[in-house]
Order: sequence, then C-alpha cells, then structure tokens
Amino acid sequence: METTSNFLNIKDVSTAFKINGKYYDAISHVNLEVNHDEILAIVGESGCGKSTLATTIMGLHNPAETKITGTVDFEGTDLLKLDEKGYNKFRGSKIGMIFQDPLSALNPLKRVEAQISEVMDYHTDFTAEQKHDRVMELLDQVGIDNPKRTARQFPHELSGGMRQRVIIAIAIACKPDLIIADEPTTALDVTIQAQILDVLRDIQKENHAGIILITHDLGVVAETADRVAVMYAGQIVEEGSAEQIFNSPKHPYTRSLLRSMPQIDKQDDDLYVIQGNVPSLQKMPTTGDRFAPRTPWVPASEHEADPKMHDLGDGHEVRCTCYKNFEFPDQQGGVKS
Amino acid sequence: MWKTVLRRIMIMIPEVIILSLLVFLLAKAMPGDPFTGSINPKADPAQLHHLMEMNGLYDPWYQQYWNWVVHLFHGNLGNSYQYQEPVARLISSRAVNTLWLALFTTVLTYCFALPMGMYAAKHEGKLPDTIIRFYTYITYSIPFFVILVIGIWIFGYVLGWFPTTGSISSTANPGISSAGSRLYHILLPGIMGALFGTVNVVQYLRSEVIDAKRSDYVRTARSKGVPEADVYKHHIFRNSLLPIAAFAGYSITGLLNGSIFTETIFSYPGMGLLFINSINYRDYTVITALVLIYGILNLLGTLLSDIILSIVDPRIRIE
Repeated sequence: METTSNFLNIKDVSTAFKINGKYYDAISHVNLEVNHDEILAIVGESGCGKSTLATTIMGLHNPAETKITGTVDFEGTDLLKLDEKGYNKFRGSKIGMIFQDPLSALNPLKRVEAQISEVMDYHTDFTAEQKHDRVMELLDQVGIDNPKRTARQFPHELSGGMRQRVIIAIAIACKPDLIIADEPTTALDVTIQAQILDVLRDIQKENHAGIILITHDLGVVAETADRVAVMYAGQIVEEGSAEQIFNSPKHPYTRSLLRSMPQIDKQDDDLYVIQGNVPSLQKMPTTGDRFAPRTPWVPASEHEADPKMHDLGDGHEVRCTCYKNFEFPDQQGGVKS
Repeated sequence: MWKTVLRRIMIMIPEVIILSLLVFLLAKAMPGDPFTGSINPKADPAQLHHLMEMNGLYDPWYQQYWNWVVHLFHGNLGNSYQYQEPVARLISSRAVNTLWLALFTTVLTYCFALPMGMYAAKHEGKLPDTIIRFYTYITYSIPFFVILVIGIWIFGYVLGWFPTTGSISSTANPGISSAGSRLYHILLPGIMGALFGTVNVVQYLRSEVIDAKRSDYVRTARSKGVPEADVYKHHIFRNSLLPIAAFAGYSITGLLNGSIFTETIFSYPGMGLLFINSINYRDYTVITALVLIYGILNLLGTLLSDIILSIVDPRIRIE
C-alpha cells in the first residue's frame, strides 16, 4: 500500500470516557487508514465504539470528560494535537460529517439555506450571492427536486429523507477530502436508504473524497464499501476488502454478524443470534479476546492471551488466532450451549 | 402568522364569556349586600328592600348578568360603594401605578435572569453555577411576602435607602421631580419583585441551555467548524431563549397577580392594594370589576405568549 494515498492515518487511538471519576476505554488502540476515492465501512453492533471513533476524529468530545491518546494524521496534521481554533479549520471544510438522526441534527429554527451556508461563512470568502448559488448547486447535487423552495423551508417541513439530504449538503458544502457518515441511513426507510447511498457514492466520485461509513447494516456495507473494518468492543477485529470480508470472513465475530444477516435465498432458516450483549464500558474485558465470552464453546486454548492483528495477505487482517478452528456449534453437529 | 393570531383570538372569546359569567356568579354568591353596612341600622327594613329593588338586585340572575354585560360595554363598571365614584375611573387611576411597577419589574427580572441563566448553564457544575443555583433555591423556598418584608426592613428601615410606602412623595413638584419621585418609589418593590421573579426564569433558561448544549443540532454546528462562541450565540442561546420569550407573556400576568402582595406590603396605591381594600370593605362592584380585569389580563398574557411563540418559532405557525 502506498503511503501517499493514505491521507488519513489513525494510529493507536484510544478514547476513554470518565464515568464516576474513572476512565473507561470506549475504543482502544485503533489503527486505520483511509485513502482518496475509497469508502471504508466500519461495522459492528451498537455500543462497539463506531460512533466514538467518528466523533474522536471530528474532535467533538468534551476534553474534561474524555481522554484521547494516539495520533490521527490527516494530510500531515495530527488532529489530536490541535486546539479548538485549529480544529475548526478542518471541521466542515476538510472533514465533513453526516449524522445519524436527520430529525434532530438540524437546527429547528433556521431555514435550510442558512444552515448550509453557515459552513461557508467560516471556511470560504464567498459573497452572499456565491453562497446562495452554491446552496442551490448543493441541494441539486443531493437530489432535491426544488432547491429554491427547500432552501426557504424549515427542517420540520421536510421529510426524513430530505433532511438527510440537507445534512449531506452541509457536510459536502466545502468539498471535504474526508466525509464521515455515521449511520446515515439508519433512520430512513429502505428506498430512501438506497437513494442516499447513491448520493454519497456520486459525491465521492466527484470530489475524490474518502468516506468513512459507519453502520451496523451489512446490506449497506455490501452495496457501497470498498474496504471494511469490523469493530467489536472498541477494537478492530477484522479488516479487509469488502470481498474478503463477505466471501471469506475469518473472525468469529464477523462470521456471526454475517450469519445473523437475513438472506433472501434461504428463507426457511432461523436467523442466527449472537449470544449475550456487547459489554458496557465499565464491564469491558481488558485482557484476552473480548469476543470470547460470546462464543463459550470455543476452548480457551484457541485464544491468544493478548490478541494481535494477524496479516493474512492482500490487506486482510484479523485479530486473535481463534478464527483458525472456529465453527458454529450447530454446524459442528455438536452441542448447543 | 396573522392567521395564527386571529385563530388564537377567536379561541379567547368563549374564554372571556365563561370568565365573565363565573365572576358574576361568584360575586352574586358572596354573602351580605351592598347597603346594609351603609345605612342607619335602625332604618326600616322596607327601605332597604326598596333600595335593593331600585338597584335591580331582585331580578333573575340572567337578567342581572345581561344588564351588567351591557353596562360593561359602555365602560360602566358601576359605582364603588366605598369611594362613591365610578369604578372605571377608580381602577384606571390605580392601573397606571400597577402598570409602571409591573413593567419596571419585568425589565429588571430579565436583565437579571438572562445573563444569570446563560452563565450558569455555560459553566454548568462550576462554582458560579453552584452559587446561582443556591440563590435560586433559597429564594424559591421563601414565600414572596416574607422576602418583601425582609427587603423593606433592611433597605427601607435599617439602611433607609428607599421609601417604604406610597407611589410618590407628597412634596414632589410636577415634572421631572415627580417622575423621579415615582421612579424612586418603585425601585425597592421593583427590585424585590425582580429578585423573586428571576428565580423561575433562571431555572427555566438554565435547563433549556443545558439541553440545547447536548442537542444533535449543536453537534452538527460544531462539526461545521463553527467557533464555540458562535455556537452559543447562533444556536444554543437563540434556541433556548425561545421558550423564555413565550414565558414572558405569562410572567407579566404573574407580576400583576404578585402585585397584590407587593402593593399591600408597600402600601403602593395600585390595583392590587385596591383589590385587597375592596375585599375588606365588601366593595362588590370594585371586586367584580377587578377580578374580571385580572382574568382578562391573564388571558391576554397567554395570548401574548402564544403570539410571541408563533413569531419566534416557525414550527407552530399556521400557513
């Protein structure tokens, strides 16, 4: 992999939240790269630290309640070393963020146009007229039929899909190199989902942006992502190209996720359910394989004491050695525990 | 926008009718009559009977109500039994005093409350926030009239900085000196009222700002690269002031109601003091008129709140 095309290098990043005076890691020692013209999907269950990773990159955490270590190298700048003022030069201009819930992510009291052009107020020297033109262009680009009308409307007058388009328009207003989309389609119905994903892909092609797509929806991943990082309990457990992840998943967690995904051609099968839950921050295991408690049939000897990422070639990496002999209990023809 | 206002006013009409009916019937239900106390106790009961009949007090209640309403529309609220002058004139001379006091108190309340609430919320959990919250809890837990009495005692009596009664000094000449004297007389009741009224607004605003701080749209604003000061100015404060603006209408009516305490304790000749005196003297015409006016003012207050809200909040406008 050429280092020049990696414009975002996340190295050994941990984010800890303060709960009752003690710090607990929400994500620990995450390493990731994102390239131009690439969609990197981060998948995992709720509570795996996906959104924390996104907000860490954006620097949206309250420094009094979080402790962040590691480096986030963005085009040669370590974002984590920046102060608020320095960060604001990147937020909105070079990094755009799309949020999960379009219903609440827009200011209810401002017209759409004002909310989009606000980004340009801080990052461009555009005149009022140029800003207006750009807003029209953006609304058109994200697939809004009547940009003039929508620009004058308030968020409550728009449908969920329209609002998400507006949020995308805000995120891409200054043509950022990196777009972080945190569950951009979760709150939308399936047809709108597909449209929004199309919009994202088009924008990426046009701007040569890199996109971090955070989602728990494997269908969305299969449709859009070039590369996939699977996250569990604050760690990356497997990383590879979309093909590698979908066609030859290795880590038990990845395989469990894929098995629990409904498939059209296998209607009569019961869906696979992963036992247990993602541990809460305070109960997060700090040693051993964090996923091991949810695959109790796997003997302890299969796991590494301190699971490391193992390179399987072609950029495919997996954490822990337990993947080698991993089988689901029903497929071994064995015990259901 | 005006459609919302119009619709809101339409809703108010039945409210006013019901209010007037209630006021009238309550006044009717009160014991005693307006004449027994004012005529010679040895007078012939027939004479009293005659007086009652002359004044239409034996008519059926709906007849009396109708007469009352017709007179109301002519601006005739009857004569005060106590002062022997038209109630309308009596009240309007007092209303001016109450209005000035209420206005002054409102302005002061918001001057105190807005910066306090915002500052407390912005520095949530820090020392200034703790001090402001301590102040609001203490003030909130003490009855209003106790605060007033303490205020009079300290600033009016012990320190002697302010007059403790009246609305104007008897020696004041017309013109600048009389205006100054009026202002001087409303300073202490105004400040005391504001210190008390501040509490609600501060608490309300503080929790609104804290909610807004954590809201998704503020996170969106931050992710746009908007500097923190502007995030507060354009998003957090603006949005949390909205319910406060709406609250203003109610708070004005709250002040009018509170004026009953303030004016009684400060012997300030406004509507509140008139109200208490009229009750003591069973001055029914004045009482009914005042209850009706207070009632209508309350309705107007809520109307004002709704209108303000429809101006500042696009979500509740009817297109």
